[in-house]
Parts: sequence; structure tokens; C-alpha cells
Amino acid sequence: MRLTIDHRTTYRFTAPQGRVVQLLRMTPRNTHDQTVAAWDINIDCDARLREHRDGFGNITTMLYAEGPLSGIEISVSGEVVTSSSSGVLHGTFEPLPAALFLRSTPATHAEPALAAFAQAATVGRAPIAALHALNAAVHERFTLVDGRPEAGLTVTAAFARETATARDLAQMFVAAARAAGFPARYVTGYCDALPNGRPTPHGWADAWVEGLGWVGFDPTLGRSPEAHHVRVAVALDAAGCSPVAGSRLGEGREWLDVEVQVSGQD
Amino acid sequence: MLSRTAASLYWLGRYVERADFVARLIEATLRLDVLSPRSAGEDAWRTALAVSETADAFTAGGHTLSREEVAHFLLADSTHPGSILRCLAMARDNARAVRTALSREAWQAINGAWLIFDQRIGRLDPTAVLGVVDAVKAETRGFEGAVHRMLRNQTTSFIRLGQAVERTDNTARLLDVKYHILLPEGERVGGTVDRDQWTTILQTVSAVTAFRWLYNDGLNPTNVIDLLLSRAELPRSLAASTEETVAALTALARASGTQGEADRMARTRQARVARTRTGDVIAAGLHQHLQSLIVENAQLHDAIGRQFKFH
Amino acid sequence: MGTAAFDEIMGASSVDGARPELRDLCRWLADTPDGELRRRQQSAETTFRQLGITFAVYGESEAGERIIPFDIVPRVFLADEWARLSEGLVQRVEAINAFLVDIYGDQKILRDGVLPADLILGNAQFRPEIAGIRPPHDVWAHICGIDLVRTGPDDFFVLEDNARTPSGVSYMLENREAMVRLCPELFSKFRVAAVDSYPDRLLETMRSVAPRGCGGPRPTCVVLTPGHYNSAYYEHSFLADSMGVELVEAADLVVDDDVVYMRTIDGRVRVDVIYRRVDDDYLDPLVFRPDSMLGVPGLIAAYAAGNVAILNAPGNGIADDKAIYSYMPEIVKYYSGSDARLPNVETYRCREPQALKYVLDHLDQLVVKLVDGSGGYGMLVGPTASSAEIERFRAALVAAPERYIAQPTLALSTVPTLVEQGVAPRHVDFRPFVLTGAKGVQVVPGGLTRVALREGSLVVNSSQGGGTKDSFVLMDEPHGMTQTMGNMTQTLGQGQR
Repeated sequence: MRLTIDHRTTYRFTAPQGRVVQLLRMTPRNTHDQTVAAWDINIDCDARLREHRDGFGNITTMLYAEGPLSGIEISVSGEVVTSSSSGVLHGTFEPLPAALFLRSTPATHAEPALAAFAQAATVGRAPIAALHALNAAVHERFTLVDGRPEAGLTVTAAFARETATARDLAQMFVAAARAAGFPARYVTGYCDALPNGRPTPHGWADAWVEGLGWVGFDPTLGRSPEAHHVRVAVALDAAGCSPVAGSRLGEGREWLDVEVQVSGQD
Repeated sequence: MLSRTAASLYWLGRYVERADFVARLIEATLRLDVLSPRSAGEDAWRTALAVSETADAFTAGGHTLSREEVAHFLLADSTHPGSILRCLAMARDNARAVRTALSREAWQAINGAWLIFDQRIGRLDPTAVLGVVDAVKAETRGFEGAVHRMLRNQTTSFIRLGQAVERTDNTARLLDVKYHILLPEGERVGGTVDRDQWTTILQTVSAVTAFRWLYNDGLNPTNVIDLLLSRAELPRSLAASTEETVAALTALARASGTQGEADRMARTRQARVARTRTGDVIAAGLHQHLQSLIVENAQLHDAIGRQFKFH
Repeated sequence: MGTAAFDEIMGASSVDGARPELRDLCRWLADTPDGELRRRQQSAETTFRQLGITFAVYGESEAGERIIPFDIVPRVFLADEWARLSEGLVQRVEAINAFLVDIYGDQKILRDGVLPADLILGNAQFRPEIAGIRPPHDVWAHICGIDLVRTGPDDFFVLEDNARTPSGVSYMLENREAMVRLCPELFSKFRVAAVDSYPDRLLETMRSVAPRGCGGPRPTCVVLTPGHYNSAYYEHSFLADSMGVELVEAADLVVDDDVVYMRTIDGRVRVDVIYRRVDDDYLDPLVFRPDSMLGVPGLIAAYAAGNVAILNAPGNGIADDKAIYSYMPEIVKYYSGSDARLPNVETYRCREPQALKYVLDHLDQLVVKLVDGSGGYGMLVGPTASSAEIERFRAALVAAPERYIAQPTLALSTVPTLVEQGVAPRHVDFRPFVLTGAKGVQVVPGGLTRVALREGSLVVNSSQGGGTKDSFVLMDEPHGMTQTMGNMTQTLGQGQR
């Protein structure tokens, strides 16, 4: 599949900013099933960009812009050619041992209720079947809602609700998989097959199966990602691989607008 | 030098000077109110609030105009940013951030001044107020002496610059408010003189004796205005303060080898103040003259911040 | 237990009289009246209190006017004792560096099964965010403070490694200054290695690890402090002043285009080396604490790009973590190829069934600690615990053995100390400082001796009535002047990668 992606992130500041420094995780890598044919990051003001690689293997971009700035717009556009290996990842860059992804974070710490849920979904099953069952269970338990996820919502708080965003579903899957003994991590990227609603930056999960490697699970869809997904970054939780981590020097508040368009052709 | 360090030193200078000024203002007002045979009463305190530009804050705080209330408000009100207590707390905070740049003596003076307010100070009788004010003045004098004895480097230059900029503002405001009240529109300069009121002005800038030395034709408004405007011999005059501002900036420029916007503004202003003739100013309108000086001083303050990258 | 302790001046038992090498010190102690000792001690403390004005600066209510008590009787290391100790320290710090290079790089030690992988990977002190970054010259633990206890002439044990931001070096320097001023006669009796070159050595270390290709032969070095409210601010400003470098706060630094600058009145000045005294969490909000407005945004990017050296390197916490400590003998052996010269205090890892059994059988003799506890919280001191406490710990140990370690209680050495009743033995520990630069590891001949002022007490923490002493390191050669410049043990780094 050939996926065309346009992702525009716009910050508006109520007061001019002296300078803005941001860490962007917005660039996909090539994998066995994903070839980045074209990729561009454009900034609407004078800015210096420096590319890095972080500890998880993600490509990051440091953005430095001098003020006064009343806003900043980051436009990402690109084309990625994808294929499918039934969710099993091949050719990803993995600098860290899988076992690292057993650790939880404040946002993904599984309380007993979620751990029991994970236990019930996976008990008595072979690893890959257990994870598929867990993915289906998370998918079915919640009603999917659109819109921007609530900042700082933990899996414990999310688990007590009836509705969930894609991010919360993925984080709950990650926490539950870890509780069941599987290394698991959060994945950000794009998807052109989301049910209803307008496209957003998407989030799903990877879990580690001994002998098979990393396998993708998308609890929003209730199945493993296929050729409709473009992977960008991974981390222990959603905050760890959010597209923009930012810092600004100046007073006032900021308004954020994110617009994504993903179109796929076979 | 780090910009933050420079900013702290500059603000240290401003806050110490402001605390000292408010102390003198309280003292002079108290004399006017209590010690004078013809007590000025509430008016004296209303004027004190106007001089320190805190009348609105006073009213907003729900206070009623009385000697005890105003004296406490200006002296030790922890919610009032212009009180001596708060000025000294800010001075100390800035001093603390640059502790190693100061001599021990300079630090001890600041710390000592701040410790005067260590125990909560309530409403005081006039004698007690004067006691606190004297203690504050002794420490700020000690600080000034200590700074004088420190190395003449960028550190002291920034403190001096802050003091000079603050002093310019304080003197201009004092003269403006008092003059406005003492000589309402239409009143002729040289008319009936309220000796007590004019003496208050001199007391506030520690110039009672200086006045007698410099003027032998007695206390009259023109002479007082002349002294505060253009006699560089008096450290708190506008002529001296603007000169000191230039001197501090020049010392900094010598150290760094560069000059900027603030240097140009300060020099232009000094030249103009030096040319100013008191008679002309009174004829053309003292209030306008002082107001534009106050505005210009605020602009200079901003220029200093830009030039030395305080933000 | 106090009677069995080794006294560092008097020897194994006070009956023998002083250790032969230290008879002069003993004689000095006997000849100087207690009142005179007390007078000098008070004079030193007055000086400290005056410096303590600086402490009170930020102290407000919490630290108040508190100064740490100073004891006038020095602790003394003989030249050969020190030489052996130094070798052990160098070996240990080299191993710590090699471990950090490996654990944030290839992780050979995990692949070779020397450490359980989950011990590292599940430990919050292992920072995946900075994995793969190589600090300039591959030096991680530039300034280490290794906490030691002693039980006999050559019996030193490492109690704790400090590879993050060890403090206390200002006491080493100030205690010495006080001793030279108040007891000059001791310095003509003994040839004491000087410690006052420490700031120069530190600056040299900082310069040596400057990134290659940085601004010229004189790299710009700074000390980064959390600010004047921090309880160690005095030491931060002391070190910056004595090195002649700027003391900066996070807000003074900006990163542009992956290069660090400080904001000065003359504009931005490039910074090449940062001795930071702030925790990892507050280094860079873009990487470590997104919720924090503290720190320098972009600092880690500049570091990853090789444009700035950070002392000590971010991520070092994994090397001095309590959970790692018990594996240090294995770690030292793995990287140095030989047994650790400085042993650990014997530690039973309750995660191991055999160790757990031993611990459960000897709870009344052991100290049991939570692996991730701190400040004495969650600790059992067997010999003084009630039987109810012991039973409570027994249950906790059985429920979650992996959370606990246990150690024997040690007969810590003593040093004569001036107390109210006169001069009497008190237990001590020791923190020497070890510097690692691009050219190798050096041990400063001295350190911070902490003394438990209460009789019989083993607790040297200043918060619990502990004090400090000067620590003399004697030099061998009998010729020369009484005051000599620093005699530092220096060995070449072994390029562990």
C-alpha cells in the first residue's frame, strides 16, 4: 500500500514567546514492511532543525526557533509504502532488550483490577493467542471516542470508564500485557483505516512474544496492524513518544491544533 | 558576568534604595504629623501614600486613613509590595542569589536589615515606628558603605546603577507630589510658605543641613526645587542621580568595551538635566517636567534590561 | 561491641598504647590540655558559623543555623595504608566507569549472565532515554565519593558508592584549613599530604573531558546548581569560586542548534563542560520530566551531539543503586579481571533462596534493608530490635524476599574524639573523593571523615548528631618540607571499551 500523510501541528501563543525549543518524534524509519519514500518536516518560521536518535531507536528532531513568536506550525508530509506480515515486526531498529519493556510508568501502572482483567483474558492460552485475546478484550470492553486524549490520564482512571480514546486503549493494552508477563510498548504513527471520525495521530501497541519477536496489536481495531499502519515512534508509554515535547520561553497560554490526513492507495 | 547575576545586583540596588527612601518618607511624615506644633494630620499621610504611589493599593486593601494604618502599611505590611518589609525581603533574596559576589560586610547589612522584621511587627506608636526606621536606615547606610569598600568592578557598578535609577525615580516623585499639594494651580511661587511642609521634603532627602549651607536666603520653594533638581552636590538630587547613573554605566562600558542604548539615553538625559535652569522649569511647568523625567527613567530601566539581557 | 572496635590511633586495644607510627599524635593529645583543644575546636566552629551565615542564607527554617560539629582530633592514614586503599578505590571507580560504558552500550555483562537482566532493565535508575549516548572520552563517573568503613588496620569495606553528585568535599577542604590554622604543630610533626589542590584537580578533570573540537584550548566550564535554596548551595558556590568558573542555574543556560550557551551581559557564551549538582530529573524537561519547567530544554540533545560534557554523566544512578551494590564484587571482577581489592560489606541478597534461609535464621544479628528504601526507612537492626519487630520483618521477607538485602552489623573503627567528658573513642566512617578525567583516575589524599558523637553510636549522619574530622594522609619520604603539594595517586585509564 502507498500511504500519503499530511500532519500539521499548530501552536498559537497568547503572548509572544522569546524562544521555542521542541523535540519532535515525527520521522518514521524503514522496516521490512515499511519503506519511507518521501518525508519532509516544514516549519513556518526561521528555525534550526537537528536530527538525532533517541535511546529507543526513534528518529527525533530538535527544533530551535528564536522569538518573538506568536505561534509555530510544524507541517509533516510524506509517502510511505507498506506491506503486511500479520502484525509481526521485521527489520525494526531495536537498541534495547525487550525485557526493558516490562517496566511500568506512572501512566501505565496496572492496579489489581486491570491486572485481573489481563489475567482473565490470557489465562490458559499460548502466548500469541493470549495477546490476541487480550487485544480483543480491550477492544470490546470500551466504546471508542474521538477527540484529543485527556492529558495525564492513567490506565487506572481510563479502565474505570466506559469510553476510551485510541491512546487510552493502547496504554491499557500495554499495561495489561505487562501485568500478564509480556514486554509491551506504546507505538505512535498513522493509520488510514480508523473507524468513523477524522484522522488523528494514531497510537497502538507492540508486545514481545518469545520466539516470534515484537508483534503489533491495535486495540482500536481489535486486530494486529497491517498495511494500513505507519509506525513512527515507540516508548514505554504515550507521553514518552508523543510527537512533540516542547518548551517555550515566555508568558501566556498556548493553543494547540492538530490536523492529520492519511490517504491510502493499493 | 551572567545576566542573571547582573539583574540580581541591579535589583538589589533598587530595593535597598527604595527601602531607604520609604524609611525617610515615614520619618518625615511622622514629624510633620506628630512633632510639628501645627499637626498636618491625615493630610500628611495621604501625601505619603501619594509620594510612594501606593494610595490605590492602600484603599484596595480596605485600610482606613490613619497614622497607625499608613505607617504600618508602608513599614511592615507583608501583603504590600512597596512596604519596607517587602523591599528588604526582595533585596535579601537578590543578595542571596549573588551571595559570593558580595563582601561579607555588604551581605551582613542586608541580612541585618531584613532581620529587623524577623518578628512580626504590628501597629506601632510613633516612637516605636521611628525606632524601626532608624534601624533600617542604619543598615542601609551600612550597606552603602560596604558597597563603597568593595572592589570597584562590575558587581558594584550594577548595584550603584540600580540605586541611581531608583533614586532618580524617588526624588522626582517626591518633588512632584509635594509641590503639587503645596502649591495648587494658580498659587504663586514665593507666596506663603508652609515651613513644616517644605522641611519635610528636605528631611526625606536628608538635605536640611545641606540646604542651609547652599542657600543663605532662607527656606523658599524655588530654592528647595533648585536644590533637588540641579545641585549635583546633593547626592539625592536629580542632577546627582542622573550623573551617578551615567557614571555606573560608563564603568560597565569600560569593563566590557561596548556601549549601548542605555548609555546613550543616560548621557542625553544627564546633559539635559545639567542644562536645566530651575526658573525655566517652574515657568514652563514643574509637574510636566518631572512626569517626563519619571517616564524617561522607566524607559531607561527597560533599556538597561535589554542592554544587559536581564530577561 | 564498642570495646572490640579497632581504634585507628590507639590500635587494637587501648592497653597497648598508641600504634607506633602515631605515638607523636598520642603524645600531642596527652600534652594538649582538653581546655585548649576545646578552645581551638570552638574557634573552628566560630569560623564555620560565620561561613554558616552562608548556610543560613538559604537555610531559613529547615536548615536553620545548623552547622555540622567539627572535631579537632584528626583521623590519620599511614602512607602504606593509603596506598593500598587508593589502589582499591581506583580499581572500583574504573570498574564503575566500565560498567556504565557497557550498560548503556553493548550490555555485554547482561549477555554474559553476570548480572540478572531484570536487575538493570527493571530498575528506574537505568535510563533508556539516554541509552546509546557516548559521553566525551567515554568518562561517566568523573567525581565519585566512595563511602568506606574500617574494622582493622587493613580491613576497609565499601558501604556505598556515590556516582551521581556526591557532596561533602567542601568539608574536606575547610576542615583542613581550620586544622592548619589551629594546630600548626601537627603539620610540623607529620608530613600531611595537601588537599587544597582539589579545586585545581577538579578543573583539570573538567577541562580534560571537554568535547573534542570545542572552543579552543581553554574550554568554558561551569557549575550548575539548583539555586540558592538548595541545601548544598554553599558547596556549589564554594567550588565555582575556588575554580574561578561561573555558578549557573538552569535559566542561565540556553541550547541552540545543539550547542549550550550561558546568558551573560555580553551576550551568549558557549559552554563546553558542565559540573552539574542537579538530579537527572531536572536536567532537560524535554527528555526526563516533561511535567517540569525546570532544567535546560535541549541539554540532552547537545550532550548526545557531543557538544558538551556533563559531569557526572546522566544515567549514573544505575551504578550506585542499592540493588546493584551487592553485585559490585562481580562487576569489579568482570571489568578488571581480578578480585575487588576493596570488599563490600557482606550482603545477603534475599532474592537468592540460600541467602534468604540464612537471613531468616539470623534475623537477630543482621541489619535488613529494603533495596529501594532510603533514609533508614524500612530497616531492621536485628541486635536492638524487639521480637515483635523481628517477626514482622520475617513475614515481610517471606512475602517479598527480592525487596530485601541483609548485612552483618560491623564493629566500626574508632578515633579519639573530643567529647564533653574529655577525649574518648567514637566510631567513624570515611568518604574519599575520586576524580576521573580523560587521562585517568586519581584519588585525592584525604576525604570526609564523619564521626558518631554519641558513645557507642554507629550513626554518623549529620542529621543524627554526627560530626566531621579532618583526615590526614601521611606521606612516606622523611625529607623535604612539612607542607607539600598534593600527592595524588594517578593511574592511566584502561580504555575499557
